[in-house]
Amino acid sequence: MISVRGLAHRYASTEVLRVPEWSVAQGERWLVLGPSGCGKTTLLHALAGLIRPSEGAVRVAETDLKKLDGGDLDRWRGATVGIVLQGLHLVGHLSVRDNLRLAQYMAHAPQDDARVADALGALGVADKAARRPADLSEGERQRVAIARAVVNRPKLLLADEPTANLDDRAAAHAAELLLEQAERHGATLVVATHDARVKQKFEKRLDLSA
Amino acid sequence: MNLASLSSSYLRARPLNTALSLMLLALGVATIVLLVLVVSQLEERMSRDARGIDLVVGAKGSPMQLILAGIYHADAPTGNIPLAAVQAFQKNRLVRKVIPLALGDGWKGFRIVGAGHEYLEHYGAKPAIGRLWDEPMEVVLGAEVAARTGVGVGARFAGAHGITGQGEEHGAAPYDVVGVLGRTGSVLDRLVLTSVESVWQVHEQEHGPEDKADRKALEEDREVTVLLLQYASPLAAAMLPRQINSQSELQAASPAYETARLFRIVGVGVEAMRAFAIVLIIAAGLSVFIALYTALEERRYDLAVMRTLGAAPGRLFGLLIMEGVVLAALGTLIGLALGHALAATLGAWLESQQQYPVTGLAWRAEELWLAAVALGVGLIAALLPAWRAYRTDVSRTLARG
Ligand SMILES: Nc1ncnc2c1ncn2[C@@H]1O[C@H](COP(=O)(O)OP(=O)(O)O)[C@@H](O)[C@H]1O
Ligand SMILES: [Mg+2]
Repeated sequence: MISVRGLAHRYASTEVLRVPEWSVAQGERWLVLGPSGCGKTTLLHALAGLIRPSEGAVRVAETDLKKLDGGDLDRWRGATVGIVLQGLHLVGHLSVRDNLRLAQYMAHAPQDDARVADALGALGVADKAARRPADLSEGERQRVAIARAVVNRPKLLLADEPTANLDDRAAAHAAELLLEQAERHGATLVVATHDARVKQKFEKRLDLSA
Repeated sequence: MNLASLSSSYLRARPLNTALSLMLLALGVATIVLLVLVVSQLEERMSRDARGIDLVVGAKGSPMQLILAGIYHADAPTGNIPLAAVQAFQKNRLVRKVIPLALGDGWKGFRIVGAGHEYLEHYGAKPAIGRLWDEPMEVVLGAEVAARTGVGVGARFAGAHGITGQGEEHGAAPYDVVGVLGRTGSVLDRLVLTSVESVWQVHEQEHGPEDKADRKALEEDREVTVLLLQYASPLAAAMLPRQINSQSELQAASPAYETARLFRIVGVGVEAMRAFAIVLIIAAGLSVFIALYTALEERRYDLAVMRTLGAAPGRLFGLLIMEGVVLAALGTLIGLALGHALAATLGAWLESQQQYPVTGLAWRAEELWLAAVALGVGLIAALLPAWRAYRTDVSRTLARG
């Protein structure tokens, strides 16, 4: 599913990420670990094709990302990857439902309200569909962000620091939700975190601090 | 969801900014629409009223006043001229048509015009009800006069001295309405028409000497107010005005020249208003630009999120352009509606003043141009913000928080 070889990324000649060799099989659940600033977000962005790494090859879902040019890469991302961003970044003036429709629209996926309702229902926030994100609790917003990431049924689900700022129970619950959703859609899951509390829930780990 | 609904949702999220941009644009567009409608309709009506009239001859005075009084019935006449002049022009080989008019009285704000049937033929007017006048003291009403006064065939009324009919009444010599003209879209719609003899009779009765000899003397002094002339050949244009103006008691004025002069004078005001409207539209463009540009900062995460969801940079560019265009389109629509509403209001007021009618229901090709320009302003105002959105660095934006 994911195959990374000789990956390195630099910002102004400062190397912020180096992954010599990493393979992920279809359906696996991985935790990318390491302290803040070690390059976890950079790695997720490389997997999603949001940055072009300075060195090395990244293959995701049988696609060599280097071979895709700008527009194709965006289209590929929309069709293949779902991302739960650090800080969630729901669009504030749109309703919960419209945040999910936005995902369909931007991914060139058909506008399918049944799917939107299904995704919200699976995360237990169907009754919040008409609300604005600001009216929701932090936990509900997190569910909506996950719903938005999975509404297009991605092959690869990425989550960046999904448990930051959550208490123990909520952190454990968030991890459960991600695992559950990845399972439901048969997606490969990669979670980046510096939070050791969720370690035991994932059998596969990539430690970037080494 | 589509680009238009998404951009509209952003516009609704900033109601004050949006309202300001819309208001500026709508006011600018409305002002220009109003100018275009009023000026074009006035020009149209005025050129139609003057069609086929090459020269107006009357008493000495301001040539523009002569035109306004003689053709448009919108000013007081310069005075009267002797009847003999009519016969002189009828014999003149440079002149094809002579239409003498006797002015001076009015009724309920409408002017009573003494003329021959050829005056009606000139404008293609025919009675819609009743017939034309045969005898002195029979009148025919213009369509507008009949509609506004509610008076019809069989009615009898007394004219009053003074063209607007505010002066003393000629109660001793009432008119009989024998017909109502069909609508012509010309100045005739707003006139009360009768024979020249009727006008003479009204005034002679006034000064009514019973003596036969005195009456004879009065009849020899008979006058008309203006003559409308049509040239028989282009040569006339070169010769007649000079000939007439050299005669001491007569004056000739050219409608083409005087209306052009009038529109030049009015044109200064029109240009000033147009400039003001253009400033409004430019201000609207600036307001769109500032609104979009300043909102970029708070929207940078939204834009980055759209990229993570699969949007190409071009789509973000399109989103911002669409916001400018949606604003411009709305502002233009409101402006067009407002402009037409203002023209209709002005038209209703002018009508109540028995002035030139203006309608808000007519559309003109210039409005399409105006709409295109306004849309262009919205588009241009959105270009730079759209370019910034296009250049959003997703990874850096998201790494910041
Ligand atoms: N756009 C950027 N420009 C320059 N430096 C960056 C940029 N993005 C991230 N960095 C730097 O790269 C390093 C790794 O960042 P990041 O991948 O966000 O780490 P993590 O997610 O593990 O906290 C940090 O030192 C960060 O300051
Ligand atoms: Mg990070």
